Amino acid sequence: MTTDTTHTATTAEHAESHGMSNAGYIRIAAILAAITALEVSTVYVDFGPLFLPALLIMMAVKFIMVVSYFMHLKFDNKLFSFMFYAGLILAVGVYAAFLATFHFFIQ
Amino acid sequence: MTDAVAQGHESSTGISNVKLGMWAFLGSECLLFGGLISTYMLYRGRVTGGPRPSQIFDIPFTSVSSFVLLMSSLTMVLAVSAAHKNEDRKTNLWLTVTALLGATFVGGQVYEFTAFYNEGLGFSTSLFGSSFYTLTGFHGVHVTVGIIMLMALVGIFKRSEVPGKKAEVVEMIGLYWHFVDIVWIIIFTLVYLIPV
Repeated sequence: MTTDTTHTATTAEHAESHGMSNAGYIRIAAILAAITALEVSTVYVDFGPLFLPALLIMMAVKFIMVVSYFMHLKFDNKLFSFMFYAGLILAVGVYAAFLATFHFFIQ
Repeated sequence: MTDAVAQGHESSTGISNVKLGMWAFLGSECLLFGGLISTYMLYRGRVTGGPRPSQIFDIPFTSVSSFVLLMSSLTMVLAVSAAHKNEDRKTNLWLTVTALLGATFVGGQVYEFTAFYNEGLGFSTSLFGSSFYTLTGFHGVHVTVGIIMLMALVGIFKRSEVPGKKAEVVEMIGLYWHFVDIVWIIIFTLVYLIPV
């Protein structure tokens, strides 16, 4: 009985130290849903010159929130962050160069 | 105590090799989807025949699909949380809900593809069509693989034949599932919301 209680407490502590509480995850999901609604609103509301930067910023914020909180990268070993962001930065760099070769950014 | 030691995995780095391998895999997946997204961005305006993107995209429908996939990330993280607390019934429940939400998303994609095809956009109709179907199709296949893994996990848990630590297995599939979600976050913005 004592062992069971200790085991349960240990696993619960591990879960808390591993990330956030369930309420925290629900809060993050609510923020993500709100940002998605704001993204969709840009199709119907004229944001003028802010349209493209606003969309890209909202996309980046959603991306970082999912990676940091849902994928626990914010709380995990920094080596995991390096593995993932190295691939991501390499991909962005390689394909930005690829698109620049085809004059994509000056169309 | 490090994660790997806490989870019963010895490694020279002190962290889980399985998790490190999964993050390396996800990093390499960035390159795969980077190529597909870049190709779409390059070809999305190349419409010699068939409908243009603005003529066929149904933003309200795709927005609902995006919301469904986003919420599946929440249920997946709740499954991981329950697995870490050794709450087997909750873990199975959230894994099943995640699979159902994923299946809803894939069902929506099948409906969308059928609607686009009926409106005249075949795979070889234009460069836009080819790059669009390749990009979103690859993503759909990834979601489908995720659903198969989730359902297999639920089945394995019911037979209690989990190799290694249960929570880590759920977490690895969770990482894959969230990755599929973040890829859709990018596709939704770049493909659907930014006009050609």
